Amino acid sequence: MTLLRQGGLEITVNGQSHMVEATPETPLLYVLRNELELNAAKFGCGLSQCGACTVHVDGEAVPSCIYPVGDAAGKQVTTLEGLGTAEQPHPIQQAFLDEQAAQCGYCIPGMMMKAAAFLDQNDQPSETEIRQALSGNLCRCGTHVRIIRAVQRAAGSPA
Amino acid sequence: MHTNTVTRRRLMQGSGGLLITFSLAAAFRQLDVAGQEATPTIAPELPEASVTPTVEPGLVATPENQTQQDVQTRNVTGDTVDSWLEIDADGNVTVFSGKVELGTGLRTALSQIVAEELDVPFARITMIMGDTALTPDQGTTAGSKSIQVAGPVLRQAAAEARLILLTRASERLGVPADELQIQEGVISAIGDEGASVPYGELVAEPFEREVTGEAPEKPPASYTIVGQSIDRVDIPPKLTGGEAYVQDLRLDGMLHGRVVRPFVRTMEGVGATLESFDDSAAREMAGVVQVVRNGNFIGVVAEREEQAIAAAQAIKAEWTFGDPLPALNQIHDLLREMPANAGEGGEIVRNGDVEGALGFASRTLEATYNFASQAHAMMGPSCAVADVRPDGATIYTQSQNVFSQGRTLANLLGLAPEQVHTIFREGSGCYGHSGFDDVAADAALLSQAAGRPVRVQWMRADEFAWEPKSPPMTMDLRGGLDNEGNIIAWDYEVWTPTHNTRPAGEASKVLAGQLIDPPAPMFEVSYGGGDRNAPTNYAFPNNRVTVHWIETPPLRPSALRSLGGLANATANELFMDEMAAAAGADPVEFRLRHLYDPRAIEVITQAAETAGWETRPSGPSATPVADGGLLTGRGIAFARYETEYAYAAVVAEVEVDPGNGNVRVTRVVVGHDCGLIINPDGLTNQIEGNVIQGTSRALKEEVTWDDHLVTSLDWSGYHILTFPEIPVIEVALIDRPEEDALGAGEPAICPVPAAIGNAIFDATGARMRVLPFTPERVLEALASAPTA
Repeated sequence: MTLLRQGGLEITVNGQSHMVEATPETPLLYVLRNELELNAAKFGCGLSQCGACTVHVDGEAVPSCIYPVGDAAGKQVTTLEGLGTAEQPHPIQQAFLDEQAAQCGYCIPGMMMKAAAFLDQNDQPSETEIRQALSGNLCRCGTHVRIIRAVQRAAGSPA
Repeated sequence: MHTNTVTRRRLMQGSGGLLITFSLAAAFRQLDVAGQEATPTIAPELPEASVTPTVEPGLVATPENQTQQDVQTRNVTGDTVDSWLEIDADGNVTVFSGKVELGTGLRTALSQIVAEELDVPFARITMIMGDTALTPDQGTTAGSKSIQVAGPVLRQAAAEARLILLTRASERLGVPADELQIQEGVISAIGDEGASVPYGELVAEPFEREVTGEAPEKPPASYTIVGQSIDRVDIPPKLTGGEAYVQDLRLDGMLHGRVVRPFVRTMEGVGATLESFDDSAAREMAGVVQVVRNGNFIGVVAEREEQAIAAAQAIKAEWTFGDPLPALNQIHDLLREMPANAGEGGEIVRNGDVEGALGFASRTLEATYNFASQAHAMMGPSCAVADVRPDGATIYTQSQNVFSQGRTLANLLGLAPEQVHTIFREGSGCYGHSGFDDVAADAALLSQAAGRPVRVQWMRADEFAWEPKSPPMTMDLRGGLDNEGNIIAWDYEVWTPTHNTRPAGEASKVLAGQLIDPPAPMFEVSYGGGDRNAPTNYAFPNNRVTVHWIETPPLRPSALRSLGGLANATANELFMDEMAAAAGADPVEFRLRHLYDPRAIEVITQAAETAGWETRPSGPSATPVADGGLLTGRGIAFARYETEYAYAAVVAEVEVDPGNGNVRVTRVVVGHDCGLIINPDGLTNQIEGNVIQGTSRALKEEVTWDDHLVTSLDWSGYHILTFPEIPVIEVALIDRPEEDALGAGEPAICPVPAAIGNAIFDATGARMRVLPFTPERVLEALASAPTA
């Protein structure tokens, strides 16, 4: 944890350094959403049970709803916004678009972050491996079959 | 996943005569919204694969920002063409819809309908949805009725606008209207395209015309935009961190709020009175602006969200509870003993003489089915942002009905209805009446107290505790067969609370209104929804359906996807299978012999054929045992939505582990007929969602409670289907362009649980009569199954 001034904390998000005012124990999710105004990571449960808040810390998928922002100091935090943009989508975003893999879409950013970290480790996954990798990410609309297809599609495209 | 689209019109008409004055090439140029090459894929020979033009708006094309209108000038009556749509000088069309996007693709589908009827490229449509100052009041976006009800309204408004534009063009060009054609929003003389005028030059004056309902509409055979799998316009911002949800709103000076109350939701509120209250610690906490208490309503507002959460946890509140909730493990028996409303219900179907027919039937069966209370279980808890000032309020809400919510909040806040401006923003998918109206009331009261905008998002336990629930139901069935194995008597009896307690202006229909002092006058219960699909579509010569409306449900009930239709269709279709087995008949053949509606027959046949259904009576003797001792089976079920709208037939295949009772649904095939299909891929997406949510509700979902509180408060207590459990899904669409488009957000869920239950019987011989089909209940049924 880097304490530069009282109540101030420096974190690096999507390659940019930010001074944030949150106390170190504050879940990273609230800092991302409310201080940095990044919309992609969502509050779903606050209990690390659903995956809607998933971001990457040093390349690993973590639930930002229980991850203390203080623990992110000195590490690279990546949100979906850092993965790709509307103008330059990441292959996983393009794949989800191509498969129309969303209904309400609330869980989808977390799905994509989990899938992107998974594909970094396993770029030729079987369908069973994809299902297992996403087993901790919940979707209530029932978009699963499209999500699986989108991850398969992204696995076949250059990152 | 495979999608087959059988296009009846094309089967009948072949490939000729599809177009009147609109060329196919022009139509696909219309769809070419991102400058990419768009490929027409309407195949000349039939039957054909799904119609999926490669239209890719791309991630950038997201015109979802609602325009800032002068709210004083808009006519929102819905009486005039102008109240539904406006065209600007560039030919762009703004549509004003009282129906809202709930993550079902409605924005895209309605836009297709307008673009089609107005003959403009799809990309020129922008749709404003659900704004009390801008859009006509089209009631609640629910009941699988938006395409069905709002589609024709917008189609007629667009047809009326096109007629006016043709008249104006005729005057401008000096060419009779019947010698004009329209391509991509440009009107020209047939045979002389030099004489042309774009829409944008014809709209200096408003339409100023009432919707007569008499403007000629395009024949479905000429459609080039409706019927295409155009990519959904709401998806790109959702994939890129755009401001897509009410959760993403950040108003200047906005505070964050949370509320404190027991984890329960009864008809009257929380069934408890605040006994002691200590906010001394909370008031001292960093960032806390105000603790708000009004009677039993407690909330806190803070500068930062985590501060509001922490302060809410620091408030000490002790509650005195009233009578205990009815016991969960006896709830279905207790439903029969609870007071039923004397004025409502009773026999809603009586054909022939059921008792007499049962008396001379060669074989009779009876069974009782129980369906658990279930939750909407939105992924994102309910959220709203309220800015309440002394002279008026602005509420950003994910409500399914911003109009009635506005009236309700006006009553709660002591404002006039016209002082409350309610604006829809998407939230997490809701599938019915979840906590969105209640959280808006919480935010509104907190904002009123704080004098600043307040955002409230419920916590996970809040959502599970306070959202209105799908109530428990119990169903008795009796049936009689003649000596040829035909059903001659069918007697259905259901005990259900109402499934609809949506606010219509009553402040007591939001939780905050029941907690404030004095509480808002208790709302009057209207009974509905629990009798859906209690009547079947089968031709039974002697048929009776009786409904008992329970007045005192354990928890506050309201609408969840298909309402009572799920439990009723499940009971009917499980019993239909029991009757088929008693008759020694194949379950598909048995259903077909009791149906006369050709669309019902075709949708069942379509599902069975697509699934590769093997004709034989169901039962374990005929089914193979898979590796590892797993028992496999298949089942079918059919329902017509509300017994009168879209048709859905579902074939489910299961593996049952007789050792531990685990059921895995391996494959689900759906035959689906909702008339004219607006967007095949969007429709398929909805059907897949129905299958998965239906499978989840069949196997896993159950709201639980103890003496006073809900106990299924997080995802470890309320289980839904996860990725490893998702079946393979195949959807067989039947397109009927000559028929009305029927809603498709809910029909396909209704047959899913029964198809699974019937498949479990086929695998094991055990009849499943209590939902969800948990491993414990499967083991119990196996133990009592005659063939187990």
